[in-house]
Amino acid sequence: MKTVKASEITNLVEKLCIEACCVITGDIENKFKCCLETEKSPLGKQVIGTLLENAKIAREELSPMCQDTGVTVVFVKMGQNVQIEGGFIEDAINQGVRQGYEKGYLRKSVVRSPIERTNTGDNTPAVIHYEIVSDDVFHITVSPKGFGSENKSALKMLTPSEGVEGVKKFVIDTVSAAGGNPCPPIIVGVGIGGTMEKAAYMSKKALLRPLDEQNPDPTLAELEAELLTEINKLGIGPAGFGGTTTALAVNILTYATHIAGLPVSVNIGCHATRHAEGSL
Amino acid sequence: MNINKKDKDRITSSPPSGDLGGKRILSAPFTDETIRSLKSGDMVYISGTVYTARDAAHKRLYEMIQRSEPMPFDFKGQAVYYAGPAPAKPGKPIGSVGPTTSGRMDAYSPTLIAEGLKVMIGKGTRSAEVIDALKTHTGVYFAAIGGAAALMANCVLSAEVIAFDELGTEAIRKLEVKELPVVVAVDCQGNDVYESGRDMYKL
Repeated sequence: MKTVKASEITNLVEKLCIEACCVITGDIENKFKCCLETEKSPLGKQVIGTLLENAKIAREELSPMCQDTGVTVVFVKMGQNVQIEGGFIEDAINQGVRQGYEKGYLRKSVVRSPIERTNTGDNTPAVIHYEIVSDDVFHITVSPKGFGSENKSALKMLTPSEGVEGVKKFVIDTVSAAGGNPCPPIIVGVGIGGTMEKAAYMSKKALLRPLDEQNPDPTLAELEAELLTEINKLGIGPAGFGGTTTALAVNILTYATHIAGLPVSVNIGCHATRHAEGSL
Repeated sequence: MNINKKDKDRITSSPPSGDLGGKRILSAPFTDETIRSLKSGDMVYISGTVYTARDAAHKRLYEMIQRSEPMPFDFKGQAVYYAGPAPAKPGKPIGSVGPTTSGRMDAYSPTLIAEGLKVMIGKGTRSAEVIDALKTHTGVYFAAIGGAAALMANCVLSAEVIAFDELGTEAIRKLEVKELPVVVAVDCQGNDVYESGRDMYKL
């Protein structure tokens, strides 16, 4: 049995909030550098150069890359035998968010009620997803999600007869309609199958897959490559000013689904698709 | 668009407005003559005063116009930047401050443009109504680079809340900026880089 202290969870979440907002992940930064070479539009190249410069400033000054430090999405992967000591896990996570957003000078962008809309003042509550696993692990990924890109995400319940062609069309249509708003070059998370909420969850989780890692399923890897090529033909380009780099990657997750359904969800991540992870 | 240190030093000693080494620096507030000279797709740098205002401030300004109340600042020639900054660290005038999605301001912009607030900085496409208003009133819509907020914070020399303090990040702030990098997205003829750029690279 593994024991994790609530205070350790708080400290880890605090650190990960700041790191995720201020330090771009290496895989994305490397991809920017590749695209700087391949992008055909001179203006597009300048945009990518600016994003690299911005990432450097943010990392060196420990300032947020983007002022929209988002809703704090937290993925918890926890062994079934792990015991939390000294407090409720959810309170510990939210305290970490509170401290991270205060100490990191991150913007507080969360409103208490979607109808009445008063800012909570500390960016809580986080949106927390728990995954129970058999191993003795306690792993947290913090992924602050800005709404420039979140607002352009979409879900559709396709029919089985629409098949993979229907899936492709929906993904491309969603990216096309998003245009320059989600701060391209984007990362496209796609969830296919399951139920409505499972597809949405998978599309968000898919955004976390490192860009230098292939999809382990060869059929899906091929579908990802095909979608990426098609998306980059849309012409949207860096910042939407036109160009050949509209997306950096398409990441797909799938799950078993019903004989009568084909749910598809597309979660768009901005060029930074911020996240940071750590274990206890 | 990438300003390296050497370029920054060079620009510092230059006059506030004009062409220099291929970089065009515009002085804000703007004259109609300057606005007319801008072409969609041009990359330019803004130095001078800009005012931040986003969703909540726009709603209030719009309602104040409906009630014929005076505006919190004189709109003439002024630029509005759709941005809600992150908190400032000690010793800094402002936190990270990139553009937010302009489309959410489309419902209010034609009214504000008609009142004289006809230079806008944001990101993403605008409605046909906004573009028509820019043509009618000789306005311009600049796009800043979404997400490049740490870099843009370093272009801000000073920041002061001048209205709606209670809105927090959404308050109206008067910023003094130096060489804020932007692209002319929609010029006063209605040419739109989001459309023309996409058409040019669409396969």
